[in-house]
Amino acid sequence: METVNIEVNGRSYSNEVEPRLLLVHYLRDTLGLTGTHVGCDTSSCGACTVLLDGISVKSCTVFAAQAGGHAVTTIEGIGNSGALHPMQEAFWAKHGLQCGFCTPGMIVSCIDLLRRNPDPSDAEIRAGIEGNLCRCTGYENIVRAVRAAAAAMKADEPRRSVAELLPVGAS
Amino acid sequence: MNPFRYERAQSGAAAIAAAQHDGDARFVAGGTNILDLMKIHVEAPSLLVDINRLPLSKIELRGDSVHIGALARLNDVAAHPVVRQAFPMVAIALEQSASPQLRNMASMGGNLLQRTRCAYFRDVAAPCNKRAPGSGCGAIGGENRMEAILGTSERCIATHASDVAVPLVALDAVVNVAGPQGSRSIVLSDFYRLPGATPHLETVLVHGELITGLSVPVLPFGARSTYLKVRDRAQYEFALGSAAVALDIEGGTIRQARLALGGVGTVPWRPRAAEHDLTGAPATRTAFEGAAEAALTGARGYGMNDFKIALAKRTLVRALEMVAA
Ligand SMILES: Cc1cc2nc3c(=O)[nH]c(=O)nc-3n(C[C@H](O)[C@H](O)[C@H](O)COP(=O)(O)OP(=O)(O)OC[C@H]3O[C@@H](n4cnc5c(N)ncnc54)[C@H](O)[C@@H]3O)c2cc1C
Ligand code: SF4
Ligand code: FES
Ligand code: FES
Repeated sequence: METVNIEVNGRSYSNEVEPRLLLVHYLRDTLGLTGTHVGCDTSSCGACTVLLDGISVKSCTVFAAQAGGHAVTTIEGIGNSGALHPMQEAFWAKHGLQCGFCTPGMIVSCIDLLRRNPDPSDAEIRAGIEGNLCRCTGYENIVRAVRAAAAAMKADEPRRSVAELLPVGAS
Repeated sequence: MNPFRYERAQSGAAAIAAAQHDGDARFVAGGTNILDLMKIHVEAPSLLVDINRLPLSKIELRGDSVHIGALARLNDVAAHPVVRQAFPMVAIALEQSASPQLRNMASMGGNLLQRTRCAYFRDVAAPCNKRAPGSGCGAIGGENRMEAILGTSERCIATHASDVAVPLVALDAVVNVAGPQGSRSIVLSDFYRLPGATPHLETVLVHGELITGLSVPVLPFGARSTYLKVRDRAQYEFALGSAAVALDIEGGTIRQARLALGGVGTVPWRPRAAEHDLTGAPATRTAFEGAAEAALTGARGYGMNDFKIALAKRTLVRALEMVAA
């Protein structure tokens, strides 16, 4: 067994884990944070995307032990029904989801996309979400949502600085 | 996934020693390849040595080479101003690899050592000489649309999957390695082994050797370069064929050319005869087509991948036209 000391959504955890435990299973099964989904077994679909020290990664492709000493942000840490993140609001307003299975990973990836490129073109949005598969929407409304979120976040700039996109409690 | 021991290396020497003492040990960097292979039982290491704490992430100009640490992440290399300026084809190849989340994790060292995407290699129930020496090759006579047409043997026809290795082989990148017997530097074109009778041996590395970084000589005309990747969809797919091209052109005449092909070779493919043919030639479509013929000399299709011979030629011609324009 390995001890992992890990920060998730601003809270510190310490657990004994088997080395082969994947980060996504640690989040879902050990911590009960089931917002992060598992859609494949091949690092392909992106449903499991979380932020590791503020940067998007596929949590099915990281061992929990490897994440020790780092900060993880899951969809639960991005916002909640009382205070939605502008990206979540935009997905809601622009109908960027249907069944919702891809949505947590998609939103996390889109936040990473705007971190790297705050004002992306439609082509850049499409390229930026290449690692997230959606079987429902045809992506059209997801692109609209990201465009809307980018505009909202730009208008809100003074309040929502880059620091806010880093994991809660990381600064 | 099989159970294994996990160790986080605090120094390069400790990582090498840990791996050296266990024949079934593997290093893990970004994990984007080895975790996948562990999930499907193609890899089953007894010990995983995590090298992510080692200080091997720097990207910097040192003398007349760009040094890229083995742990530099693909996205960081692609975004680095020195890389973008000195050899755009490296940045383009990286931007067209995998997806943002994978490029955030994946390291340069791991990328060079990623295993083939051959479907038989990834299926432990199938015959595969690379995974299980002597068991046969499922792809020859099987589903081989994605497999190689250059550098193949009767034992294995699997393509090397890396995109960035293609421009790097054209640039004569040097792989810096530290191991139980000390350090050495290997030119990338000598780093990979053709499958021949031993497709399970893919590089000249010995067990326990750690890639510490790459030294990429600055090519005076490297700024005039591109990477063209042809695939089944616009994003997020491995190459059916790709070409890295850098040209030094003056007054319509090619003074020097650097070329490499991806998606078609068992190793990143450097067609030196074609480079030679282009030296001193006019930068015209006719010359480019002649070079493409030379580049594909000896190419052999296996049925479903026959189309790759014409595709590789056209990809190279188009990439040459893009750079010459
Ligand atoms: C869905 C998907 C799509 C992809 N598409 C592309 C693509 O289009 N183009 C492309 O080029 N790649 C693609 N890839 C592959 C990806 O780029 C590689 O998985 C990645 O670059 C490997 O790097 P890593 O650091 O994660 O390696 P790891 O998985 O950590 O390691 C890979 C291998 O290298 C060894 N290793 C790692 N670092 C070192 C070192 N410093 N010294 C010695 N040994 C070392 C490990 O022991 C292991 O055997 C894709 C992968 C996925 C999952
Ligand atoms: S082509 Fe190589 S990797 Fe694929 S099945 Fe044949 S031996 Fe295995
Ligand atoms: S679950 Fe599909 S990429 Fe992680
Ligand atoms: S909304 Fe159903 S998979 Fe994307």
